[in-house]
Amino acid sequence: MNDMRLLERDVDTNDIKIAARDVQVYYGDTHAIKDVNVDIADNTVTAFIGPSGCGKTTFLRCMNRMNDTIDIARVEGVIKIDDEDIYDKNVDPVQLRAKVGMVFQKPNPFPKSIYDNVAYGPKIHGLAKNKAELDDIVENALRRGAIWDEVKDRLQEPGTGLSGGQQQRLCIARAVATEPEVLLMDEPCSALDPIATAQIEELIDELRQNYSVVIVTHSMQQAARVSQKTAFFHLGNLVEYGSTGDIFTNPQDPRTESYITGRIG
Amino acid sequence: MPVFWIFVIITGLAAAGYVLGRGRALASAGGDQRNLHSLPSYYGSNAAIFTFVPAFLILLIWLVLQPIFISLTVQANIPDSVVPEGSTIGLVMSDVRRLADGLDTAVSQGVITDDYARSVRVDLTDIRARLGEAGVALGSNLTSEIMIAAQRFRSMTNTGNLIKTIVVLLIALGGLGYALSRTQKDFRARNTVEATVRVLLIVAASIAILTTIGIVLSLIFNTIEFFFLYPIGDFFGSLTWSPSFGGGSDLGVWPLLWGTLYISVIALLVAVPIGLFSAIYLSEYASPAVRSVAKPMLEVLAGIPTIVYGLFALLTVGPMLVDAFGDDGYLGLGWMQGGTAVMTAGLVMGIMLIPFVSSLSDDIINAVPQAMRDGSLGLGATHSETVRQVILPAALPGIVGAVLLAASRAIGETMIVVLGAGAAARISANPFDAMTTITAKIVSQLTGDADFASPEVLVAFALGMTLFVITLGLNVFALYIVRKYREQYE
Repeated sequence: MNDMRLLERDVDTNDIKIAARDVQVYYGDTHAIKDVNVDIADNTVTAFIGPSGCGKTTFLRCMNRMNDTIDIARVEGVIKIDDEDIYDKNVDPVQLRAKVGMVFQKPNPFPKSIYDNVAYGPKIHGLAKNKAELDDIVENALRRGAIWDEVKDRLQEPGTGLSGGQQQRLCIARAVATEPEVLLMDEPCSALDPIATAQIEELIDELRQNYSVVIVTHSMQQAARVSQKTAFFHLGNLVEYGSTGDIFTNPQDPRTESYITGRIG
Repeated sequence: MPVFWIFVIITGLAAAGYVLGRGRALASAGGDQRNLHSLPSYYGSNAAIFTFVPAFLILLIWLVLQPIFISLTVQANIPDSVVPEGSTIGLVMSDVRRLADGLDTAVSQGVITDDYARSVRVDLTDIRARLGEAGVALGSNLTSEIMIAAQRFRSMTNTGNLIKTIVVLLIALGGLGYALSRTQKDFRARNTVEATVRVLLIVAASIAILTTIGIVLSLIFNTIEFFFLYPIGDFFGSLTWSPSFGGGSDLGVWPLLWGTLYISVIALLVAVPIGLFSAIYLSEYASPAVRSVAKPMLEVLAGIPTIVYGLFALLTVGPMLVDAFGDDGYLGLGWMQGGTAVMTAGLVMGIMLIPFVSSLSDDIINAVPQAMRDGSLGLGATHSETVRQVILPAALPGIVGAVLLAASRAIGETMIVVLGAGAAARISANPFDAMTTITAKIVSQLTGDADFASPEVLVAFALGMTLFVITLGLNVFALYIVRKYREQYE
């Protein structure tokens, strides 16, 4: 997990999971995302980097239609997941969000017990036939969230009583519990200390085995540590997209170079 | 000089002090306000405060103490022989005061001169007739001792008023002079003004608290007095309420308590679901345009005076219910004998409480962080699943608090009950029977013309105390719930 391994890291597969074409997003009169085209591969960690307000988060929220909950947001263009247009009229955003999990910037466990936090998704989607199955799902999700050992003796205690890093891993476990295919992470470590951050990053690397992970981050070191592909956004445009090694060692666009060397942003 | 004019003069002096203080401060800084410690207006305010506040306080204290002091002095000079058998010195003193006032009135109307009022003697003139010309009626036993006491009372009051005027004005001028003498560019006027503002706020807060304490104490003392006249065991033990002003009343609290609680429960059964659902709609589903219209409209309901709700209960809801549930009603049930019933009052009170519940719940639901909604929606929950399983549990403590506050309002409500529920104190399970509540009976006991010291009137205080304890308990419980769970989703 350090920068020296950058060039040795390869993308494991080339299956396209998410394909975006000519995506435009407007907030009222503001044109927030302009002509974004991107192909996100399966079983890969893709990092979105860029200065504040460049549209990374907005674009991330397009991919599970969370922007639908904002009245003034309007999305144009095509985003396909597994060749299916997610903005098609026949697609139910509720089902889509079960398939495309999301982890937010600030840990946001529900004011329920740890168990109920994780069981929330499986329950509303009817994933468990009985209590024993639900127990299994919860345990598996907590294990994959790398938090099982810390909470297994206090599953009935409130999730809000955990530390910040534990809460965020609980939220990841909660997202994993609904068996998503894509995991969107919106600056998942920005509220955490370095040790908790390291734990989450390790976890992200493991999650790559089963999911396509898209992570928005402000930390270029984090992008370099965890991702295989990196996209650089600037003022609503996707400036450059390529393998993480290329972006950080051999950027093609002068704006990318300025940003990663710290001259802008 | 009348108190009003003294007040006007010290206010005027304070205004002058403001202008002078401000000018003096600016002058000491050579006309440049950057050389001052504080802004010029603070020096002005400082001078105004020093002029007005001490003088005004002295005036207030003087106004309270002077009559007490004069009464005591005059009283000490009245011989015991003047007090008739079976009377008290207090009654004689009120005669003295009335005579002194009468003399004042007569002098001010020009019927008698001031000198005459000072020197008149009861045994030489018919003062009763002279005062009668001025429209002043006197009591029967006008003795020369009382006349002397009244004259002494008048002269002491006049002297006292004169000294009061002089002292207050001197203090105002002294304060003004002191403040101006301290006004120069390094004086920290801002700090003085800040301290005054703080004291002002403390006074405002203590007035509210002291008033509450006063009300509670008066309730307690009168309740204790009632329980000396009427056994506490009967009050809490008897199941009948039949006051008779001739004595021999049966004053059991239970029929009233039953009516109060029955009506409140019906009101809450109406108000809580409707209020809560409208709050959920307004905060979670309504578009901003709908919300901006609907929320103020709902809150208009809260501004309707309760007597209007009472009319609505008496004239509209009661007859409608009789049409349905009455003897000849179209439901053919014959449960309801008249328009006034627990159900009538309960339904209307429920409508009154809707904005109360919905407005508080709406604020509480809005306070649930957006992150909770995002988290739930991001897991693929639908909107109503999110509301039911995440938002309502998170907002529950606040909602419980809102419901309990609504309950304590329902219990204390009077007008709707007086007009809508009838006046019969009875314990019945049928919600279409007329019953009455504690509040309605307090009104009818106090507005009767019985002797104020009789248990039939004093029971109002015991009833008020019961009501107060119930609503206080509910409020404390509501606050406890709200505090205990408030930080759950921080």
